[in-house]
Amino acid sequence: MRVQRIDSSNIIADNQQEVDLKLLDPIIEKYKDKKGNTIPILQATQYLYGYIPAKAFQYISQKTNLKVSDMYGVATFYAQFRLKPVGKHIIKVCHGTACHVQGANAISDSILEALQIKDGETTPDGFYTVESVACLGCCSLAPVMMIDEDSYGKLTGKSAVNIIKEIKLKATN
Amino acid sequence: MGNTKVLVGLASCGIAAGANKVFEKFNQIKENEHLQFELTKTGCIGMCYREPLVEIIDETGSYLYGEIDENKTIEIIEKHIKLGEPVKEYVVRTELFQNQDDSYWQGQVKIALRNCGVINPEVIDEYEMRGGYQAIKKIINNNTSPEQVIQTIIDSGLRGRGGGGFPTGMKWKFAASSKSDEKYIICNADEGDPGAFMDRSVLEGDPHAVLEGMSIAAYAIGATEGVIYCRAEYPLAIKRLNIALEQARQKGYLGKNIHGKEGWNFDIHVKEGAGAFVCGEETALMASVEGRRGMPRKRPPFPAVSGLWKKPTNINNVETFANVPYIILNGADSFNKYGTEKSKGTKVFALTGKIKRGGLVEVPMGISIKDIIFKLGGGIQNDKKFKAVQLGGPSGGCIPDYLADTPVDYESITATGAIMGSGGMVVMDESTCMVDMARFFLDFTQKESCGKCTFCRIGTKRMLEILTRITEGEGQEGDIERLEELAYQIKDSSLCGLGQTAPNPVLTTIKYFRHEYEAHIRDKKCPAHSCKKLITYTVDEDKCTGCTVCAKNCPVNAISGDRKQVHFINQDACIKCGVCFSKCKFDAIKLS
Repeated sequence: MRVQRIDSSNIIADNQQEVDLKLLDPIIEKYKDKKGNTIPILQATQYLYGYIPAKAFQYISQKTNLKVSDMYGVATFYAQFRLKPVGKHIIKVCHGTACHVQGANAISDSILEALQIKDGETTPDGFYTVESVACLGCCSLAPVMMIDEDSYGKLTGKSAVNIIKEIKLKATN
Repeated sequence: MGNTKVLVGLASCGIAAGANKVFEKFNQIKENEHLQFELTKTGCIGMCYREPLVEIIDETGSYLYGEIDENKTIEIIEKHIKLGEPVKEYVVRTELFQNQDDSYWQGQVKIALRNCGVINPEVIDEYEMRGGYQAIKKIINNNTSPEQVIQTIIDSGLRGRGGGGFPTGMKWKFAASSKSDEKYIICNADEGDPGAFMDRSVLEGDPHAVLEGMSIAAYAIGATEGVIYCRAEYPLAIKRLNIALEQARQKGYLGKNIHGKEGWNFDIHVKEGAGAFVCGEETALMASVEGRRGMPRKRPPFPAVSGLWKKPTNINNVETFANVPYIILNGADSFNKYGTEKSKGTKVFALTGKIKRGGLVEVPMGISIKDIIFKLGGGIQNDKKFKAVQLGGPSGGCIPDYLADTPVDYESITATGAIMGSGGMVVMDESTCMVDMARFFLDFTQKESCGKCTFCRIGTKRMLEILTRITEGEGQEGDIERLEELAYQIKDSSLCGLGQTAPNPVLTTIKYFRHEYEAHIRDKKCPAHSCKKLITYTVDEDKCTGCTVCAKNCPVNAISGDRKQVHFINQDACIKCGVCFSKCKFDAIKLS
């Protein structure tokens, strides 16, 4: 269940971040008077900052009719919403049925071992966040992972590790 | 060359396989050398195991090329496009000569997928040239009454393709008979089943078919607004839907007084999901559209009476809507001539897992599982032994090999304990552990449970704990009985389909593979050699030649040893992926 993701480290990490809330104004203007606008507003907020800062809830609530408790309830219900900042690049390892049968566990294990972090965590240098997702819909290419908007299929543990190393190499050059 | 058309398959699978680079290469060479052929993009061709796919249509006919990369692109342009000589060894399908993959297509009937892989989904004219929007125009021009439209759908025998299998015509009838000034049409494009991508292909390859289907439904029930609830994990589908909506509006097919009918207003907008499997359930979906947590509610009242914003609402799946224009244009007979007595028409299946030829197939209802897997699918990868097929995602069940003659229709599949579901078909071989599969599905449904019903919330967690213990060698006598007891209680006490069907994978695997559970519990062994805590890979010192192949392929560098020296596997680092075992040519890796 999603309530597992609420923990105080969310709030602590957040208070140390400086967030420009004025950037939310165009989003609020667009969705202010629309019916059922909670999810679109939160999605747009996350698209802007990469996650939903705690202060954003208050700010949005002040400017619209939405209650903080309702928004927080929605943000913690849906898997898409992140309440902690993420790394520059998000690696999503698919653990759908087809990928599972084709060895998705080995892919996750290899990547996590190479980056020395646990599932859902971000590398200390803030470059990668790794998470397991339910299904990316590219089942014929199982096992699959997505890094940002790009998909990589027919992976082996080794090829997956090579891909993430290459991306890091290109970025640091 | 001037009449040559090149279509590159650019649905998500194609792009993931590298089709964008292929398209770019065609484009680059075309521009640089000023070549005169038409280059366009298309949706899912269905032959996913051969992605990237490129179809070339010239004066002699059509040739489908498979597994194309940038180098092959250069070769194809040189030989086929410039000289008119098809490169036969890359062709996977054509009418002009036989190919080893021809049996993949035999028996397929494309109705929902009629335009996928044929048209450019971002060009409305191409949809219209193949009969698109003719169905809705036929209704308007003939002044067909909404009742007649509904009757045609009832006569066709179309049943909900999202998994529920409820007769679509009846659903429309209920919504039509509710009195209200505002009614809604919702398209359920949440497709949460892991392993299913049928709806994604329709949305990416033929979005207008869905829009037209929704318009016909709106006409039939008297709706003014449509919503497509599409999961956020499908960005390409959302993009193509929005392009299609804009084009439809420009042509007067959506908006006010549409299709020239004064007073008929209907428009559609896309609502993105936010990552919740339970939102595929219709009442949770409506809650999500209303901006709330996606928690299901009691029915009655049914959506047809009180749905979105408490107004009468009709919700159908993507594939269901995609079939509607075809049925209206060609008549109910064009659909119900296929299929069985109670399951008419065709169904799209996503064939994945340990199958040689995985992809999207559309077949008439009534075909046997065996034929889908062995005739179309080409059999099991590496010719291993077929063990089971999972149908219906996390709500479905595993059908064992000895029931492979079961015909694919709603009633026959339900009789095995599984469900037809949305069409995801995951094939498993002897190396798949059925206890682990049950655990895998419970892990999924447990995370996705909304938490409202006690038995679903806590019961699935307890079942998961028991299954995890069993796969880790800590199973106890009585665990199977405990699982069965919990399963039936959860089924009985859950409000929505998620809880009611979450125990299905466990019940079917216990029914058909009880011996595997017993081996895990009593002997602490995994017969499929899959459960990590029950297997160990070690090097056989007598057979190891020190060739270093295993060490080179180990993803976590757990194998050490010098060239020509016996190698050693560090058990602490080993992740039990089995790559060394599969790569060793000397049979020197022991599995125990």
